[in-house]
Amino acid sequence: MLAKTSETTTVETPSAKKIATRDAYGEALVQLGGERDDIVVLDADLSGSTRTKGFSKAFPERFFNMGVAEANMMGTAAGLAAMGKTVFASSFAMFAAGKAWEQIRQSICVPKLDVKICASHAGLTVGEDGKSHQMLEDLTIMGVLPNMTVIVPADAVEARGAVRAAAELEGPVYVRLSRAPTPIVLPDGHTFEPGVGTTLREGADVAIVACGVEVGAALEAAGLLAADGVEARVINMATVKPLDEDLLCRAARECGAVLTAEEHQVRGGLGSAVSDLLARTTPVPMDMVGVDDTFGESGTAEELLVRFGLDGASLAKRARTLIERKS
Amino acid sequence: MVLTPERKHEIEQVARQVRIDTIEMTHAAGCGHPGGPMGMADFMATLFIAHLRLDGGNLHDPDRDRMVLGNGHTCAGLYSLLSQKGIFPHELLATFRKLGSPLQGHPHRNPELGIDMSTGSLGTGLSVGAGMALAARLNGWGSRIYVASSDGESQEGQIWEAATSAAHYGLSNLCVLVDFNNIQIDGVMREVMDVRDLRAKYEAFGWHAVEVDGHDVDAVDGALCEARVTDDRPSAIICHTTLGKGVSFMENDAGWHGVAPDDEQATQALAELGV
Repeated sequence: MLAKTSETTTVETPSAKKIATRDAYGEALVQLGGERDDIVVLDADLSGSTRTKGFSKAFPERFFNMGVAEANMMGTAAGLAAMGKTVFASSFAMFAAGKAWEQIRQSICVPKLDVKICASHAGLTVGEDGKSHQMLEDLTIMGVLPNMTVIVPADAVEARGAVRAAAELEGPVYVRLSRAPTPIVLPDGHTFEPGVGTTLREGADVAIVACGVEVGAALEAAGLLAADGVEARVINMATVKPLDEDLLCRAARECGAVLTAEEHQVRGGLGSAVSDLLARTTPVPMDMVGVDDTFGESGTAEELLVRFGLDGASLAKRARTLIERKS
Repeated sequence: MVLTPERKHEIEQVARQVRIDTIEMTHAAGCGHPGGPMGMADFMATLFIAHLRLDGGNLHDPDRDRMVLGNGHTCAGLYSLLSQKGIFPHELLATFRKLGSPLQGHPHRNPELGIDMSTGSLGTGLSVGAGMALAARLNGWGSRIYVASSDGESQEGQIWEAATSAAHYGLSNLCVLVDFNNIQIDGVMREVMDVRDLRAKYEAFGWHAVEVDGHDVDAVDGALCEARVTDDRPSAIICHTTLGKGVSFMENDAGWHGVAPDDEQATQALAELGV
C-alpha cells in the first residue's frame, strides 16, 4: 500500500549544486548492497554509464554483466527474482524499456516479480548522442503495464530515496534516470514516498505539475511568473504511476488551471496521466509541455531544453497563456 | 544409471496419461494445443518421474528443482504432469482454459500449483531459466533448472542471447530440452524457417549438447543423467519427436498444433490410447 499523505516543502529557487540522478543511483545501490544480500544487479555493457560499476566492484559476486542483450537481461532478472532475489537491471532507457518491452511485460509484469529497472540516459538531456539514444516514450510504454510502478526522480536527493523505495516496493518498478547533472531542487533530508507528490511552492493562479529535470524548470518558471505577480504552485510528481490523485485534484480545484511539464513525448506521459485523472474528476483548463510528436536531435542538454521549449522561460510563457483561459 | 523396468513402466504410464489428459482437456475446452504435449509426453514424463525434484511434498522447498515451459502453449502436458506428481487434484484439469481457472491457456506463475513461470510468448523461457540457475548457484542450492523449448521457438533471437549468457556463466545446473518435431503453426519448420542443426548450434555456443529420440525414454534418461554430471556448462537435449504422437490422425499434421479434437475425434483418439 502506498501512503497517501502529501507534504509541503518550501523551495524558492533551484540550488546551484548539480548532480546527475544516475550518480545518485550508483551510490544508493552500493549502500543497499551492503545492507541487503538479496540485492543482485544486472547491466547490459553500460555499467560505467549507468553507474552500476560501483556495485560491481563492491559486490562482484552479485553483479552480472549481460552484454549487449537487453531482452535476455530482463528475462534473467525475472528468473533471479522468481528465486527470491531483488534485482536491479540497468541500461540506457532507450534500450532497457524500448528493446526489452515485451520481456518486461511477459516475464516481469505478468508474474509481478521484484525487478527494478533503473534506466539512465532518459530524455533529451542525453544530449549530443541524438535521437537514437534520446528515449522520449518510456513513460508511455512502462506506465501502461499493469503491476508496474513508474518513478521519475527530480534530483539526486530524490533518486537516492527512489532507489531505496524501489527495493522495498513489492513488484516491478521503473526508475527513470538522467545522464546530465541537474540542480538539487529538494532539500537534504527529503524522504521520497512512492505515490506521494510534493508541493515545492505554494500559489493559486496556476499549478505546474512536473517530473524529473522539468521540476527545476517549473521552479524557475514560478520565479519568473512571481515577478509579474502571478503565483504558481509547483508540484513535483515523481511517481508518475500511481499518481498522487488527491494532491492533483486539490491543486486543480484551488488553482483552476494545470500545466504539466516533462522531458518526454507530450502524449502518453505525465501530462496524459494527469489530464486523464482531471478529465474524470476535476476538469480545469490544462496545457502540457513536452516533446510534441517529434524525435530529438544532437546538442547540449541545456540547448535542447530551450530548443524544445522545456526551459523555465518557455514554461512561464505557456503558463501565462493558460491562465488567460481560466473563466 | 539405467532405468529399472518398474521405473520405465511408470514413465510409460505417466506419458500415456499425459496424452489422455491432453485430449480430454483440449476437447473439454474446445480449444488449445494438443499436438505439442503429445509429442513431448515421453521425454517430459522421463524428466518428471526420474529427475525433476518437484512434487506435492517438496513444492515449497526453496532449493527444489524448477521447470520453465518455454513453449508455453504445450501447457496441457505440464498441467497433467503436475497433477500426476500430486501437486493438485486431477479434477482441476477439467477447468483448463475456462474463466477463473488457475490453469490458464498459457502458464501463469503460481507457486501453489508448481507453475514456476509465466510463459506463452516464445523465446522468453530460456533467459528465465538462466536467471533461476544463477540464483540457485548464488544461494548454494542444489536446484537444477529445466527449460522446455522447441525447434520453432529456436527461431527467436532471445534464445540465442540466453544461450550465450548461460554458457558464459557456466550454468551447469541449467538444462534445456528442445522438442524437435519439424512442425510449427504455418507448416513444416524446415520450409517456414529452417533452424538447421540445433545440436551443433548449442555446441558452438558453448553448451554440452546431445540429440536423442524423444520417444525413447531410456535414451532421454541417459541424456538427463549425462547433463547432471556435466559440471562446467549448461546442457541441451535435442529431442526428436513426432507431433501428436500416439494418435494416428494427429501425427505429423501441423493442423493439430493448435486445434482441439471434436467429440468424434476425441473418442477415436482416446480409443487409440487404450481408454
